[in-house]
Formats: sequence, structure tokens, C-alpha cells
Amino acid sequence: MKRYFSKHYWADRDIQQLIGKQLRFGVILSSILVLIGGIIYLYRHGAEMPSYREFNGVRAGLDSFSGIIHGVRGIHGMEIIQLGVVCLIATPIMRVAFSAVAFLLEKDYLYVLLTLVVLGVIIFSMTGNLAG
Amino acid sequence: MTILLFTLILLVGAFLAGMLGSLTGLGGGVVIIPLLTLGFHTDIRYAIGTALIAAIATSSGSASAYVKEGITNIRLGMFLEIATTTGAVIGALIAVYMPTNVVAIIFGCVLIFSAIMSFKPKKDQSTDDDKSELARKLRLNSTYPTPTGPVHYTVRHIPGGYFMMMFAGVMSGLLGIGSGALKVLAMDNIMRIPFKVSTTTSNFMIGVTAAASAVVYLQRGYISPGLCLPVVIGVLLGAFGGSRLLVKANVKGLRLVFSVVITFLAVQMIYNGYTGKL
Repeated sequence: MKRYFSKHYWADRDIQQLIGKQLRFGVILSSILVLIGGIIYLYRHGAEMPSYREFNGVRAGLDSFSGIIHGVRGIHGMEIIQLGVVCLIATPIMRVAFSAVAFLLEKDYLYVLLTLVVLGVIIFSMTGNLAG
Repeated sequence: MTILLFTLILLVGAFLAGMLGSLTGLGGGVVIIPLLTLGFHTDIRYAIGTALIAAIATSSGSASAYVKEGITNIRLGMFLEIATTTGAVIGALIAVYMPTNVVAIIFGCVLIFSAIMSFKPKKDQSTDDDKSELARKLRLNSTYPTPTGPVHYTVRHIPGGYFMMMFAGVMSGLLGIGSGALKVLAMDNIMRIPFKVSTTTSNFMIGVTAAASAVVYLQRGYISPGLCLPVVIGVLLGAFGGSRLLVKANVKGLRLVFSVVITFLAVQMIYNGYTGKL
């Protein structure tokens, strides 16, 4: 029973609360962005025909962060949806970054290292020019 | 069919997929791929990109609740995420060289396996014997809350579990799914941790695993906002509704019906992949 009264145990619970909140916030924020972008997109393009039968990749500007930001400034529905999608992808990545800080506060250096390895793999995946 | 009508029908479809995913525990992404390819004749590459986003949405949405309850083993999740994210990047790299019909066949096989797994009676093989030196060093042994107080458990066979997780990551990156069934298999049968912990920890890892390959697919143009719009909103609402329904409904009967539906979809995917239609 002794361990439930230790400082470590409760520090762990606080971190879990924080991570839970951060995940929920990310999902809600991206849903709102997708919804706003969706309304603009459907209002402007709702009467057109969808074309997903053949794969050509998405149009230019939707496949890079700078392109998405450029489109969001011009209030393009598609780019606002895509910004929401980027927020959604960022949500679990931010969670990993948060955990690294949390483990650091706990002075659990082994897990700071392991967390940074996970973050490193994701950053490599993002910037390693793997799109081919 | 106009974009407006297409979006609305897909929204309803994604809602049902999210509900089905949360009731069977397979996640929202798994049903999205057959829905898009078989139902809407979408190219499987767009379907994979969209399903990855659906998997992140459902994982993050439900993980927030489980993490707060303290069931999720965050250290174990973190350690195994090294395996799943590396696997996911490898999977996303292989996907470029893999013909789409082969992807469809592999997807069908994983889907059948997942359906069987979701229906198999769960046997709790967890123990409290502290046998793994590595688990002690990595501080993976933990407790989870129950109504009668916290229960202590230990983790076994870490190298075996690690490689199984890496395989689950490759499948996730290749097929655009969370591959929760494979993750649970690794944790239940190999690492011998309690079922409740493995399910929530697997769900916790799905988001990061999917994000690791989603960043590659985004740059490759697989992730289309026109498809993500109805799918993200629909799957989230469906998962939320499904978890509500889970409390009231006859879960066993529903699971049987859904397992049959999923197996039927899987056979269709394999057939269409074999004949080269996907």
C-alpha cells in the first residue's frame, strides 16, 4: 500500500489528467476547423462532381504545410479542412512531446530518452523526404 | 452525384463505421476502407489516407477518457511506441512499391483476423510473478484501478512483444489502419498483461502510430480534405454514439452480426484485389 502515498504515484496521476485534457482539446479544435472549412467548401463546390475513382493525388497546396497556410489565409474551404486534419495529426505528436516534459519533471531520465526516440522517429518521417 | 450528396451519404456511412468500430473494438478506420473502395469506388490510396485520419480521431478521442481513469500504462505505451512508429514508417515506405491489389488482399486478411479476434472469448493470462528483469529496469510493471482497489500486474516477454508491435506498426503504415487487434494480441498473449490495460494502452498507441505514417501520406497527396470532412465528423459522432450504446445494448448479439458483416467485407476486398478491380 505504501506506494500509493508516494510522490511519484500522484505525479503520475496529474500527468495523466493533463494528457487526457490535451488529447480532448486537440480533437475538438480539429473538428471545429474541419466543420468550418467543410461549410465553406460545400457552399462553394457542393454542386460539382466528386472525382476519387482515379488516383492523381490531391491538388497542389494541400500536400504541404506552407501551401495549407497560404490557402487558409485566402479562406479556401479545402485548406481549412486540411488545417483541421493537420491539427488532428499533431494531437498525438504533441502528446508525446508533453510526455517528454512530464518525465523530465519526474526526473525519469530513461523515459525522457525513450520519449525523445519516438519523437525523433516521427520528425524523421516528417522531414526525411520519404514521400517518394 | 454532386459533392453535397456524396458528402452527406459518406457522413452517414462514416457514422455507422464509427459506431461499428467502437462496438467491436476495431476502431473507426477499419470499416472506412471497404466503405470507400467497395461502396464509393474510391481509389484505395485515397481510402488509406482517409482511414489513417479516422484512426487518429477515434484513438485520441477515446484515449482521453481512458488515460484520465488511469487504466492506460503510459510507460509501456511509450516504450512500445518506439516499435510501432518505426514499423509505421517502414510500412509507409513499402506501400510505394506495393501494387494496390496486393494491398487490398493483405487488408482483407487482416480484417478477417481482426473479426475473429474481436469475437474470441478473452482469456486473462496476466500474472503477478515478477520474472522479467527488463520489465523491472524499464519500470513497466504497474497497477490498474478496479472497484475493489488497485490490482498489481507484471509484464513478460518484452523482446517478443516488441517485435510483434513492430509488425503491427508495419501493417498500420501499409494499410492505413490502427491494427488494434495485432497490438492487443502482442500485449495479451505475449506480454501477458490484463485485458483492460492492453485494450486501453493499444488504443493510446494507435494515434501516434497512425500519425507517424500520416505525415508521409499527407506529403504524398493521399489525404484528401473532401473525404476527410465527412469521415472525421461521422466517425467521431459514431464512436461517441457507439460508446453510449455499448452500455445499453445486447453487445454479444451485435458483435456477432458485425463480425459477419466485417468478414463479408473482407472477402469482397480479397476477391476484388485478386481480380485486379482494386
